[in-house]
Amino acid sequence: MTTEPKTTAPLGRVIVITSGKGGVGKTTSAAAISAGLAKQGFKTVVIDFDVGLRNLDMIMGCERRVVFDFINVIQGDAKLKQALIKDKRLDTLSILPTSQTRDKDALTKEGVEQILTELKAEFDYIVCDSPAGIERGAQMAMYFADEAVVVTNPEVSSVRDSDRVLGLLSSQTRRAETEGAEPIKAQVLLTRYDQERVDKGEMMTIEDVLEILAVPLLGVIPESKAVLKASNVGTPVVLDEPSAASRAYEDAVSRLTGTQVEMRIVGERRPGLFQRLFGRAS
Amino acid sequence: MSLFSFIRKPHPAKTAQTAKDRLQILLAHERSSGAAEADYLPMLQRDIVAAIRKHVPIGEQDVEVRIERGDQMSSLEINIELPATVPSKAG
Ligand SMILES: Nc1ncnc2c1ncn2[C@@H]1O[C@H](COP(=O)(O)OP(=O)(O)OP(=O)(O)O)[C@@H](O)[C@H]1O
Ligand SMILES: [Mg+2]
Repeated sequence: MTTEPKTTAPLGRVIVITSGKGGVGKTTSAAAISAGLAKQGFKTVVIDFDVGLRNLDMIMGCERRVVFDFINVIQGDAKLKQALIKDKRLDTLSILPTSQTRDKDALTKEGVEQILTELKAEFDYIVCDSPAGIERGAQMAMYFADEAVVVTNPEVSSVRDSDRVLGLLSSQTRRAETEGAEPIKAQVLLTRYDQERVDKGEMMTIEDVLEILAVPLLGVIPESKAVLKASNVGTPVVLDEPSAASRAYEDAVSRLTGTQVEMRIVGERRPGLFQRLFGRAS
Repeated sequence: MSLFSFIRKPHPAKTAQTAKDRLQILLAHERSSGAAEADYLPMLQRDIVAAIRKHVPIGEQDVEVRIERGDQMSSLEINIELPATVPSKAG
């Protein structure tokens, strides 16, 4: 137990990063958002709920330091404090990795609740990286959430799955089941957005997606080469060199913490050869 | 050297190689130990706590096991937080 004097109690807010559809950018977003919150000075922990397919550790760059995992803690083989990995770049950031060898049945509602309760006493934000799908793992990741970030690509199957997940958030969660509780605050994070293709009429616009899903927009993350590069080296995109994606994630993080930030759609179009040769006009 | 090489950025970072290196180290560990490693660490920790408790009263929370997996070797670091004052037998 730590006995350092606390000025204020931690916020203890649980945010689930979910989507239904696989591969839309949940883990990328969970890593970027948790690092962004920690960078702003909030004590933040990011939990990998994708039991059996551990990946958050690689995106966060701590894969060689995993000792115990989420499931070890649930099953009483390790204490929570022993399973948390402290980020080497930000001392406000911790990672709770998942098990690579167990399956999702090892997640129990009681176990998850106990861990979250313990984390709430210590952290401002608890970011839960949900697995794809709407089965047990995804249900456990969203059940105790206060807020949800629904990661959506501007593409038909992703939007459809997001709609399904929004339905689950408003029915199959503790807040939904508790009489008089405020519902989960759900927001859409539109990722892999390509302005050029939207301009050509090949990709749905932000307005199109929001009209269908009818929930507030947390941010728009452009399709960006910086995402693959950051994952190669195990750095959350907001801790890597500034890019269109990192700026967009930082704006989204500010909005999560209640700061009003104008919605700017940053593209990643590189300057043409002409512009590069003859300086930056304008 | 190309005449136009000045146009390019000085050092395009080779992050793909980093990705490959990281995967090779990680997968070498995962393939060799697999589920076995996941289970020996909790047992090791339990044994350490039991051994220390024979002499000093410590809680299970007071043991911190850290690991750093490398390609040639891995290091295991064990920190044990001892109580500020070890109660004497008389007191
Ligand atoms: N804004 C982006 N620009 C370019 N590539 C992206 C972007 N966001 C995510 N990606 C890429 O998309 C792929 C899937 O991302 P990620 O692993 O974050 O998705 P996920 O939703 O967590 O997947 P899963 O459902 O399997 O857990 C990765 O290769 C990632 O690099
Ligand atoms: Mg993922």
